[in-house]
Amino acid sequence: MKIIYGVALLALSYLIGQWLGEFFGNLLGINANVGGVGFAMIILKVLKEWFIKNRWMSPDIDSGIDFWNKMYIPVVIAMAASLNVKSAVSTGTLAIVAGAVPVVVSFFVFPLILKNFHKN
Amino acid sequence: MDIFLNLVEKNGLILGFLVIGIIVAFSELFSKKVLNSKIPGSAISIFLGLVLGYVGGVFTGGEKGLSDIAIFKGVGILGGAMFRDFAIVATAAGASFFLVRKAGFLGMISLIFGIGLFFLMGVLLAYAWGYRDAASLCTIGAGACTYIVGPVTGAAVGASSEVIALSIAAGVVKTIAVTIITPIAANKIGLNSPESAMAFGGLMGTSSGVAAGLAATDPKLVPYGAVTATFYTGLGCLICPSVFYILLEMIF
Repeated sequence: MKIIYGVALLALSYLIGQWLGEFFGNLLGINANVGGVGFAMIILKVLKEWFIKNRWMSPDIDSGIDFWNKMYIPVVIAMAASLNVKSAVSTGTLAIVAGAVPVVVSFFVFPLILKNFHKN
Repeated sequence: MDIFLNLVEKNGLILGFLVIGIIVAFSELFSKKVLNSKIPGSAISIFLGLVLGYVGGVFTGGEKGLSDIAIFKGVGILGGAMFRDFAIVATAAGASFFLVRKAGFLGMISLIFGIGLFFLMGVLLAYAWGYRDAASLCTIGAGACTYIVGPVTGAAVGASSEVIALSIAAGVVKTIAVTIITPIAANKIGLNSPESAMAFGGLMGTSSGVAAGLAATDPKLVPYGAVTATFYTGLGCLICPSVFYILLEMIF
């Protein structure tokens, strides 16, 4: 039974986070969600710590969250299969070049950023 | 046959679970038997997903890959923004708060670099392809950020619908490119720790591409990449149609 508490905890974090993201997007006057998933992740983390501190956490609750954690890759596979791959590769060369070239360049830039800004 | 189709229609999401299960099983088997586990099963599954997305587009001419085929509609529900974000949030449960805080600065730097770099290169490439007006250049540059920043920017600066479509396509190509290249390049570029994953998420930005690429590289890194990548689209939507557009207007 308690497994639903885990799923509900995740749902609560998700909804508050998305709401915050929409709220900030609105506040900034743009039609987009600003960091909703990021906020949700932080909220989930805080709620979970709070549950653990109060000894409310149980393996059942944990597995309600963990199920969705582990469903992550299958969801990504489904997402990949639902992308508009055909139009992405057939709208002409500029779409492909503008989509792919900066990515390749970024893979070369990435080690430089790590080297210059990563303080150990 | 009618009974079957009716059943499928009513149980789309459930069929989606089955379809993805079969894709994963096939990919795991292929990875083990044919490739001696040199490429992880998850990477093959995601790539196979993209191929099926392409096939779906060819058959239906629609916009949502495999899920445009009626019986595979549930795959689109499972792979839609709601489940994607829900599952990404769940990955946070296994992430370390301490590391996120420690790498916060690095993540921010990468976000700024990422948006600037992708936008600039998108604009330069659009310029090389003959675009000369600020609105089109800005929209294509934004599309090089993500497929959401592109159309949001295009709508804001009044770009033509062809240019907006092009910016979406560029963003989708970016997602695909990041998905495919990440597991191949991860070792060579030092993408192997939570800190580096946060920097990576900020630099690349595309939440789906980063998450899929990291999932195929090392699932433990997913939450760290996702936590920075999630700010990329919002930040891009904020500065592309404003600061960047004004800069372009001054030049063109």
